Amino acid sequence: MRQINKAARHTTGRLLSIRKVGTYFHLVLQAEGIAEGAKPGNFIALSVGGDQSSMLLHRVFAIYRSRQDPSHGAVIELIVARSGKGSDWLVAQSEGTLLKITGPLGTSFPLPADPVNVAIVGGGYGAAPLFDLADHLKARGCRVDAIIGAATSSKVFAPLEGKRTVNSVTVTTDDGSAGIQGRVTDVLPEIITRQRIDLIYSCGPMAMLRAVDDIARSLSIPHQVSVEEAMACGVGICMTCVLPMMRGDKVKMVRTCIEGPVIDGEEIAWDEVAR
Amino acid sequence: MTLDFSTTIAGVRFKNPIFTASGCAASGKELSQFFPLKELGAVVTKSIMLKARSGRPTPRMAETPSGMLNSIGLQGPGIDAFIEEDLAWLQTQSCDVIVSIAGETVDEYGALARRLRGQRGIKAIEVNISCPNVANRGQVFSCDPVTARAAIEAVRINLGGEFPIIAKLSPDVTDIVAIAREVIEAGADGLALINTLLGMVINPKTLRPHLAGKTGGLSGPAIRPVAVRAIFQVRERFPSVAIVGMGGVVHGEDALELVAAGADAVSIGTASFGNPMSVIEIRDRLSTLIQDHGFTRFSDAVGVAHER
Ligand SMILES: Cc1cc2nc3c(=O)[nH]c(=O)nc-3n(C[C@H](O)[C@H](O)[C@H](O)COP(=O)(O)OP(=O)(O)OC[C@H]3O[C@@H](n4cnc5c(N)ncnc54)[C@H](O)[C@@H]3O)c2cc1C
Ligand SMILES: Cc1cc2nc3c(=O)[nH]c(=O)nc-3n(C[C@H](O)[C@H](O)[C@H](O)COP(=O)(O)O)c2cc1C
Ligand code: FES
Repeated sequence: MRQINKAARHTTGRLLSIRKVGTYFHLVLQAEGIAEGAKPGNFIALSVGGDQSSMLLHRVFAIYRSRQDPSHGAVIELIVARSGKGSDWLVAQSEGTLLKITGPLGTSFPLPADPVNVAIVGGGYGAAPLFDLADHLKARGCRVDAIIGAATSSKVFAPLEGKRTVNSVTVTTDDGSAGIQGRVTDVLPEIITRQRIDLIYSCGPMAMLRAVDDIARSLSIPHQVSVEEAMACGVGICMTCVLPMMRGDKVKMVRTCIEGPVIDGEEIAWDEVAR
Repeated sequence: MTLDFSTTIAGVRFKNPIFTASGCAASGKELSQFFPLKELGAVVTKSIMLKARSGRPTPRMAETPSGMLNSIGLQGPGIDAFIEEDLAWLQTQSCDVIVSIAGETVDEYGALARRLRGQRGIKAIEVNISCPNVANRGQVFSCDPVTARAAIEAVRINLGGEFPIIAKLSPDVTDIVAIAREVIEAGADGLALINTLLGMVINPKTLRPHLAGKTGGLSGPAIRPVAVRAIFQVRERFPSVAIVGMGGVVHGEDALELVAAGADAVSIGTASFGNPMSVIEIRDRLSTLIQDHGFTRFSDAVGVAHER
């Protein structure tokens, strides 16, 4: 059994800036002691609602980027979508708000040893951590083709810096308001063939991950998936975030906050995943 | 003036009265990433069953106003793997451990107790009898005086007096004092009050129960007044029984409320989910509050609400 991320710390950090990006919010947090140990694919957990909050549970967000800021030290950036009470509260905070932060948590994207051809497939805000990953892949000499999907143009997360990092970006939207009308899986097979893709990374809604994994399996291409299961704690103590995974020849309910979010697609027992 | 923050539960001394709540700290390993476990009065482990269990399907959790519903379904590795891995690891942490057990039949409670005999590093056994009895149409053991008694008797006989027994009761009963009496007579040295209350959330969009298991256990501050009431009532009738209180403690003030009602120790559950340092923050705040009230011994604060 895997253990909690050995770099994980609990600290109080300051919200340095918050800015709207499409329908999302870009948050920069001072996160001394947390940002330093963060790897692409890791996430953080935040307490929300302040000290007398009626929201008891952690909210978890993928780390979009972690870096050393010349004036603020170790910072973490998040891309946050409004999807309920806690995220509504978070994006309504102003600069200077102090936040209880726990992280970095979970597994990270394993990096290939050789300069291979990689496809990154992101859905909605799931694209955020993939651009940081792309930076690392490019540094290793990989070719990186990005496929970014969303329901509509305002939910496409493809920042300019990110676009510059990768070799190509293909955007798909369900309503055709940006890029190609359709789903990421409509364009993925063609890109796999054209760019001779050796390895796929994906992050987004579970249905998208599953569809990408179907393609990856059928072509025997290794696929690293960053899954999203509802989490109450994010640190491995509540057992709510489990996903059925193959362990030997048995299916086991595994905590995705500890053994995930990044998982080898092959290990997921998709047929037993609740829908 | 220094505070004697220690507490005694059924003859066993703990260095401070703040414990983790069963099922809200796994087996301690994850929280030890954030603070040394020996900082706690005790680690109470997740209820362990005889065999490995995969638990309920997801969704298993719903956040509710000042609380949450869970239907984890006692997922766990089974007692053998627990002893070999989790307990062995805990023994290296120089922390005090209370092992929680849960059975599906009276015999299973007995078998679990037998299996724990002779194990090092255990300070007490918490018997979670708030689970469904397979032999009795899934009726919860602690909701029926006869089965509550039978489960505790099975543990007592098989434990051979080696560790104190703490019976954990469900608040989903008409008269918790009556159930407390049964388990005390059956040989429980202490009581853990309270387990979660059964609840349900219906998703207003799908109009279906949100949890895959339909119902779940309600925890968090939403249930704190129920916990305070249960502890107060039981303490009133049984002035000398040990009580480990729990239910919605998020701040030191909340812990003090349970102590004043009669809790000799306080377990922290749901609060840890939103902040892994909660247990330590609550411990420190409780210590300050007790001194502010002029107590020099924690034990003098236990049950004070009954005298005022
Ligand atoms: C590994 C991981 C990375 C994520 N990264 C991002 C990100 O970069 N940006 C972003 O906007 N969102 C991200 N999410 C989703 C985000 O955690 C939820 O949108 C958020 O918790 C919802 O909180 P709420 O209070 O708005 O909703 P509520 O429905 O009120 O939340 C209630 C409870 O359920 C949990 N919960 C509800 N939905 C989810 C969900 N989809 N995933 C996990 N927990 C959930 C919450 O944590 C909370 O404990 C990520 C989720 C996971 C598991
Ligand atoms: C996710 C979760 C899992 C739990 N698992 C157990 C368990 O295995 N055994 C047990 O006796 N109680 C279990 N409980 C109940 C808690 O130990 C505690 O009695 C209850 O949650 C009230 O305390 P709280 O409000 O501080 O959480 C669980 C509670 C939660 C929220
Ligand atoms: S979210 Fe609590 S164990 Fe994973």
